[in-house]
Amino acid sequence: MQTESPNETGRTGIAKCRTGIRGLDEITGGGLPRGRPTLIGGAAGCGKTLLAMEFIVRGARELDEPGVFMAFEESEEELIANVESLGFALGTLVEENRILLDSVRIERGEIEETGEYDLEGLFVRLGSAIAEVGAKRVALDGIDALFAALPSEAIVRAELRRLFRWLKDQGVTAVITGEQGEKTLTRHGLEEYVSDCVIFLDHRMSNQVATRRLRIVKYRGSRHGTNEYPTLIDEAGFSVLPISSLSLSHRVSRERVSTGIPRLDAMLGGRGYYKGSSVLVSGTSGAGKSSIATAFADGICRQGERCLLWSSEESPDQILRNMASIGFDLQPHIDRGLLVCHAVRPTLYGLENHLVGLHRLVESIRPAAVVLDPITGFAAVGDTAEVKTMLTRIIDFLKGAGITALFTSLTQGAEPTQLERTDEGVSSLIDTWLLLQMVQSAGERNRLLYVLKSRGMAHSSQVREFMLDNEGIHLSDVYTGAGEILTGAARVAQETRDQADNLAARKAHEREQRALELKRRDLMARIQVLEAQLAGIDEGAALAKTEEAQRVAVSAHNEAVMINARGAD
Amino acid sequence: MNQTDTTLYDPEEAEVGWCLRLYVAGQSPRSLRAFENLKALCETHLAGRYDIEIVDLLENPRLARGDQIVAVPTLVRKLPEPVRKIIGDLSNTERVLVGLDLRPRR
Repeated sequence: MQTESPNETGRTGIAKCRTGIRGLDEITGGGLPRGRPTLIGGAAGCGKTLLAMEFIVRGARELDEPGVFMAFEESEEELIANVESLGFALGTLVEENRILLDSVRIERGEIEETGEYDLEGLFVRLGSAIAEVGAKRVALDGIDALFAALPSEAIVRAELRRLFRWLKDQGVTAVITGEQGEKTLTRHGLEEYVSDCVIFLDHRMSNQVATRRLRIVKYRGSRHGTNEYPTLIDEAGFSVLPISSLSLSHRVSRERVSTGIPRLDAMLGGRGYYKGSSVLVSGTSGAGKSSIATAFADGICRQGERCLLWSSEESPDQILRNMASIGFDLQPHIDRGLLVCHAVRPTLYGLENHLVGLHRLVESIRPAAVVLDPITGFAAVGDTAEVKTMLTRIIDFLKGAGITALFTSLTQGAEPTQLERTDEGVSSLIDTWLLLQMVQSAGERNRLLYVLKSRGMAHSSQVREFMLDNEGIHLSDVYTGAGEILTGAARVAQETRDQADNLAARKAHEREQRALELKRRDLMARIQVLEAQLAGIDEGAALAKTEEAQRVAVSAHNEAVMINARGAD
Repeated sequence: MNQTDTTLYDPEEAEVGWCLRLYVAGQSPRSLRAFENLKALCETHLAGRYDIEIVDLLENPRLARGDQIVAVPTLVRKLPEPVRKIIGDLSNTERVLVGLDLRPRR
């Protein structure tokens, strides 16, 4: 993959002029064609003047390219006042001779046409202004006002053609704005004369939210994005989205970051989420999504790192109170500047505003982690495709910046098919997906937590019961005996029953043991008796044997005596 | 000459001087033609009461901005007030006279 950098020369060889406007340089592959005019078309109020002005201001202030802003519709004072709120410091830049403002005022009523003429006066005027500040950039804002001011359209057309050629000869990068026509890009067909680069701005309402868009109609000799890009005008000026890279080439980290819940870390290969990954926590209402999000934020802050908590449902105070009730004291993190709570209603602005707002916050806070709780509210602002596009951009942006992101999403139904999808359709972009489910049994609702997926790590496939109390979050094994899953009181009851059963069994066993012991003792006693009897018998036998021997001896003796006495032979 | 001429050209104002400034860009044929036309017209209608100043924008480019000049040639009636602007080479005398309020506007 070839990568593009916003340098002076694009891949195609066309020299580019960086606008300095957020996002515009990315989608044009480096900026506007250098030394050529660019036409900006659009209806009234679409931001043409601002875009042209920001091009000039950023050039003068940041890129060392002085500029001339020639306005055909507003006075110098009006111009300065209009961009005052944008922090452009236009007045200062004018005083420092880095920008020259020239307001061209022609009242048709005070002009009488009395013969041939040309617009050399305008050329001289512009030429002297360019020379005066050494301008590299020129903006001609609302130049089609000339058609209204001057009676001869033919002369104006001829002179404009000459003017655009002349601008090229001057080597300045020019931006020309023109009002949108009914069937043409600009009312007076200026696109006929400016053929290098044409940008179209649009401003429309959808779902009662104003959205701005920018499209590059053509860009001769350069690759460019052809989509309509959401744009935004806020206190920092013009932004074109995406303002992050378009590629998937962000580096991934092997480092881990704790979920803030030890037992959950254990479920995720023992060490938590991957740093810089995207985590989705989805579940039904009240399932504990925010608590998991808060535990994560709390864990980040405890490690001394910064975390942005972007809430679209609760105010910071409410978050603090609610999270204190489950043992998370976030105030110290806020006091130390580690935790930034940003609460905003999704419907308050268009999606683009949110995206840019997030970018700005991330750029100023530089957090290690961002929590968006929940992303569901955004579905009310745009249609699914738009929301998905925006979330994709957020995910890409945060990944690209190496920021761990945790999103929560509300699922409507409790059916598995409903649970395992998100309204926002972003599941495929998510690295780790935790699913929270409420189960109802025995008159209570309990929470279950699964790891639905977790890319790139061995994770637990088991269900845990998820409990909240005033000391925080606890995960415990669910009762999975007898082929069913039991949680909450049912689990406790079952466990108690199990314990009782256990006890009974042990008692029975002990009884049996005791009975056997008794039997054994009985037998032992009987053995002793028998042994005693046996000993008696043995004794008797031995006695009898001795008596017999004595008897034999006596009788032999007696016989000898008798023989002797008889005098036998 | 028609009857409204007198209402526009008040004899009491006859002594008021006319201060005219012609902006040109270099000595182009068109510039010269404009000057010739202007001079002839002034001699006819404002003899002895006018003053013509020629401003060459190529020599004083900053004046284009200061005096709000876009087209050349441009004739500006600085006095009598109010200021009037007339563009072109002044070859259409009728239009010039109207532009200078020496003829009524239709």
